[in-house]
Amino acid sequence: MAEKKIGLHTVKLKNPPSILSTATIVGPKEGQGPLKDYFDIILEDDLFGEKSWEKAESKMLREAVRLAMNKINLTPDKVDYFFAGDLLNQIISSSFAARELGIPFFGLYGACSTLTESMSLAAMMIDGGFADITIAATSSHFSSAERQFRFPLEHGNQRPPTSQWTVTGAGAVILGKEGNGPYVTYITTGRVVDFGITDANNMGAAMAPAAADTILRHLKDTGFNAADYDLIMTGDLAKIGMEIAVDIIKQNGYDISSKFTDAGIEIFDLSTQDVHAGGSGCGCSAAVFAGYLYSQFMSGNLNRIMIVSTGALLSPTSTQQGESIPGIAHAITIERSVGI
Amino acid sequence: MEKRKENEIKNTYQQIVQKKVPQSSILKDAVFAFVVGGLICDVGQFFMNLFLSLGVSKDDVGYYVATVMVFLGAFLTGIGVYDNIGKYAGAGSIVPITGFANSIVSPAMEYKREGYIFGVGSKMFVIAGPILVYGISSSILVGIIYYIIKILAR
Amino acid sequence: MMDYVWAFIVGGSICVVAQILMDKTNLTPARILVYFVTAGVILGALGLYEPLVKIGKAGATVPLPGFGYSLAKGAIKEVEKYGIIGAFTGGVKATAAGIAAAIFFGYIMALLFNPKTKN
Repeated sequence: MAEKKIGLHTVKLKNPPSILSTATIVGPKEGQGPLKDYFDIILEDDLFGEKSWEKAESKMLREAVRLAMNKINLTPDKVDYFFAGDLLNQIISSSFAARELGIPFFGLYGACSTLTESMSLAAMMIDGGFADITIAATSSHFSSAERQFRFPLEHGNQRPPTSQWTVTGAGAVILGKEGNGPYVTYITTGRVVDFGITDANNMGAAMAPAAADTILRHLKDTGFNAADYDLIMTGDLAKIGMEIAVDIIKQNGYDISSKFTDAGIEIFDLSTQDVHAGGSGCGCSAAVFAGYLYSQFMSGNLNRIMIVSTGALLSPTSTQQGESIPGIAHAITIERSVGI
Repeated sequence: MEKRKENEIKNTYQQIVQKKVPQSSILKDAVFAFVVGGLICDVGQFFMNLFLSLGVSKDDVGYYVATVMVFLGAFLTGIGVYDNIGKYAGAGSIVPITGFANSIVSPAMEYKREGYIFGVGSKMFVIAGPILVYGISSSILVGIIYYIIKILAR
Repeated sequence: MMDYVWAFIVGGSICVVAQILMDKTNLTPARILVYFVTAGVILGALGLYEPLVKIGKAGATVPLPGFGYSLAKGAIKEVEKYGIIGAFTGGVKATAAGIAAAIFFGYIMALLFNPKTKN
């Protein structure tokens, strides 16, 4: 058995990599939400001075990475690997950002689960001894996602109450071998789970079983229970998916409801911001983690959290062909200090 | 056996989800659709009466009304108003011919960034294309059937 | 004045039927429109839409089923006049104004305006 593997599908990092720096850039609507004070840059215009929303999204990702590097005076040549993904076809936001950055690049697609997918790999790369410094970053953009997955922006359609609002945002997380924490300590990689939901306007319900599956395995494998955590955050099941996930986990013997929240619910004020069930998109958990939660670690308010980014692995083609929506979720535990 | 058990789990899950899903408030939606849809038709009626009073024949007035209504739908889409109406009105602004115009103009504008030929030109009918395909094809069928009946009735 | 009342009631009611279908069945707008146009063609061909047009006037012709009604009516009229070829020319002729206007104004609007994001 692999020496760092514990339980069924979990990895315990022997030399937990430390988060050295983070940066976030969000759109105007996110900048009006309850977490507005925790983002580095709030755009006034979601075109970000570019000619198209796709270009704007790529720029957000690129600038988030640059900002995170600037905060610790890091230059791109010191970074060993760059892991990134987004929602657009052929992950152009990420690869076009990587084109400018010049860092060896692994492009990832895990839909909205990409934040923890990229952080998992970035952390394992360091713990495995292959790198000293790695960067994980993701982005999403409401307008570019809307025109790719749904309707043109000026089309007068109505959104059902279960629909989620794609977050305009990018987050970058820099991990290093040496650092003062917080540290990535445990990683559980998700399995693709599909319970036959076909409604693309109800992705929370499609992803909830995957989230529950991964959270349960993470808890079983690590031996932790809800009381050991300050917070367990999924991203982004939104309102309906969150309730379902809590129920499934409860049926399996863990009551996490008092510690549980969801990035899609944290980032917007659901009562005033007209986002229906909550936020979604790679940028959602990235902005909430790299902005809000990281600052809570730095100010000492958090000691141990579990982040579970969840992805709905559908495409417009698969939906039109009547396929159900497979979900995936990757869990990581992050701790302020290690070795106590 | 495995497959059947799997399907059972899926079915149970879908039932659970169905119970959790909040329903659209149909009454509110219907009232908005009724009022907005009715008002748009009244605008059409206004132009119909106007053109009739200007001496346009009863047979031709439909062309005039359609053209004006399509222009209004297109213009409101252009200045970014129609999608906001649609958010509240739903079918009330989708079903009138102004909604047909919106479904053509919105992709035309949206895909301008992909160029005027393959963007505007080819994406224009991405939503409205099926309406023409099914509308025109079924009208041709109607014409053919009518022709056959006419021959048989002779 | 009664014109406006009836146009409002008939047009509004057609929209309500579509709204209920959308809320109850998750049908997308594009599907609803296809069904409504086709329904208009069939009802028009069977002579069942005519009474609605008589009562509702613009209330029946402005919604998409009215588009279907015009298609069917046009096809039948041209078959009467020109025989079988009328089946192919009639529908489009009768609705040419709306279709051509949508293409032309669509192009103009795309030239003039850029899409804006939603709030």
